[in-house]
Amino acid sequence: MPSAKSPEELQALCKGLRRDIVRMIGAAKSGHPGGALSAVEILVTLYFDVMRHDPKNPAWEDRDRCILSKGHGVPVLYAVLAEAGYTPKDALNTLRKLGSPYQGHPDKRFIPALEASTGSLGQGLSIGLGMALAARLDGRDFRTYVILGDGEIQEGQVWEGAMFAAFHKVDNIVAIVDYNRIQLDGFVKDIMELEPLAAKWQGFGWHVIELDGHDIPALRSAFAEAASVKGKPSVLIAHTVKGKGVSFMENNPKFHGTAPTPAEVELALQELQ
Amino acid sequence: MALRTTFELKTGMATREAFGKALAALGREDSRIVVCDADLSKSTYTSLFAKEFPDRFFECGIAEANMVGIGAGLASAGKIAFVSSFSCFLMNKGFEQLRVAVAYPRLAAFKAVGTHSGISIGEDGPSQMSVEDLGLACSLPGFTVLSPADEVATMALVRAAAYHPAPVFIRTGRAKVPIVYQDGQSFEIGKAVELIEGSDVAILATGLMVAEAIRAQETLEAEGISARVLDIHTIKPLDREAIARAAAETGALVVAEEHLVDGGLGVRVAQVVAGTSPCVMEFVGIQDTYAESATPEQLLDKYGLLARDVAEAARKAVGRKK
Ligand SMILES: Cc1ncc(C[n+]2csc(CCOP(=O)(O)OP(=O)(O)O)c2C)c(N)n1
Repeated sequence: MPSAKSPEELQALCKGLRRDIVRMIGAAKSGHPGGALSAVEILVTLYFDVMRHDPKNPAWEDRDRCILSKGHGVPVLYAVLAEAGYTPKDALNTLRKLGSPYQGHPDKRFIPALEASTGSLGQGLSIGLGMALAARLDGRDFRTYVILGDGEIQEGQVWEGAMFAAFHKVDNIVAIVDYNRIQLDGFVKDIMELEPLAAKWQGFGWHVIELDGHDIPALRSAFAEAASVKGKPSVLIAHTVKGKGVSFMENNPKFHGTAPTPAEVELALQELQ
Repeated sequence: MALRTTFELKTGMATREAFGKALAALGREDSRIVVCDADLSKSTYTSLFAKEFPDRFFECGIAEANMVGIGAGLASAGKIAFVSSFSCFLMNKGFEQLRVAVAYPRLAAFKAVGTHSGISIGEDGPSQMSVEDLGLACSLPGFTVLSPADEVATMALVRAAAYHPAPVFIRTGRAKVPIVYQDGQSFEIGKAVELIEGSDVAILATGLMVAEAIRAQETLEAEGISARVLDIHTIKPLDREAIARAAAETGALVVAEEHLVDGGLGVRVAQVVAGTSPCVMEFVGIQDTYAESATPEQLLDKYGLLARDVAEAARKAVGRKK
């Protein structure tokens, strides 16, 4: 299991991973930087602090599971998996190229350590619930984390899962909504408003924790709080900034699905020194 | 009669873009045209319609099943509803709704348009690739299924679809594709276009494989094999007459499609051939697998969807005749 790190060390790690993300999408010349950058702290806190896992034993039955349901954000997961030692770091820049393990969306055929093949939005929560039920059946104490996009939760299947989770008292799952307020065609409020979002999850029977999704200590304590809640599922509504860390990408819908040019990569890397 | 005998294939726009342009033009002429999209309007080019006719454009968010239901309601109440997304999400997430809310009541004013079909979307990979949409759409009783080869065919067929007395699925692609047709070419839903005459083998192609078939024909001609090329732009209902004639006159068919060979154009053509003039057949398509991330060119090469592969299948078919 990766050794414990201080919040400051995790913060520094986040900066390094943001550089990896910008570099790899730049090299690929296509991909989704905005939603990868918004989820860096969430994934770093999970993989380097909260989750029980062992990069030397990716098939460990008692490992905690993390599903990136918003699969297009996968560069952040690749950066994390490589940093943790699951996959080769020097191959990150082969993202999206023929033969690369780093496929455009998470693909279990290429990286077995991925818990699910995603990319069609809306499916991760249901898959995670199945894993959480299996844990309960087998008396295992592993926990399951599902990262959802805010646009993604417009999918009806998410709410079918939400209803199921509360009804079946699935308390070994945590959903995290990366609430960066931008989807593909523009701002969430202009496409299909989600508010009042916390009330929606509460209405579906979930324990809701709202927080700043870039605040590592806040994420840590939110995950601890979720673990202590029994008899109902927990959701973190993580307020984030799409494109976080790169000024010209922040809050800019253009960088949902546009790769940075070589010049933009250079600029971004300077900002991420 | 074949249209032309020599082709100069110039790259045109993607069929999704031609769809978007045709849709905006239709919108100007007919106020009954309404459009639904699911957070992909910039990619499907329905944004062109949305910009001109914001009141008749419905952004449904990332919720394809709901979108198909809404389209069905609009089509039931006097509108001509074009419902669009990436083909994989529209057909797979919306399938149950297409079945029960559209096909079952035979909603003729419902038009589903899938973009980003096939594997030529490239780097995004299999979760966004639609390789089973023709099979799904054809399995819906009463549906008409169109698969245009280029921008000219797309423009004409989108227009024809709007007023066609049946629910329609139109399959379009992300990549820019060669222009096969001259402006003004007329298309009839259900009527294949014979692009090139030939007597040794007939290549039945659809979508971007039509251009590959034309290129293959040139190679084959140089080898002394006379190949007929047909554009099967209507997958359902098939042009049984043209297919049976091609089978009877050449005795060898090659079907080429950017789709799983299971459940696509090939099996449908085989069904016609089996019931009319049984003959040798070869199938060019994706073989029981999902593809991967790479450039469109690399994927068409790796998964055997180039002129080279069509020509090889034609040689094999001709060889098997003897
Ligand atoms: C079912 C489905 N519909 C449409 C898409 C195309 N698509 C990819 S990303 C995206 C927007 C996602 O927005 P959000 O969930 O907010 O992600 P984030 O902002 O975190 O990147 C869309 C519509 C898809 N991948 N899956």
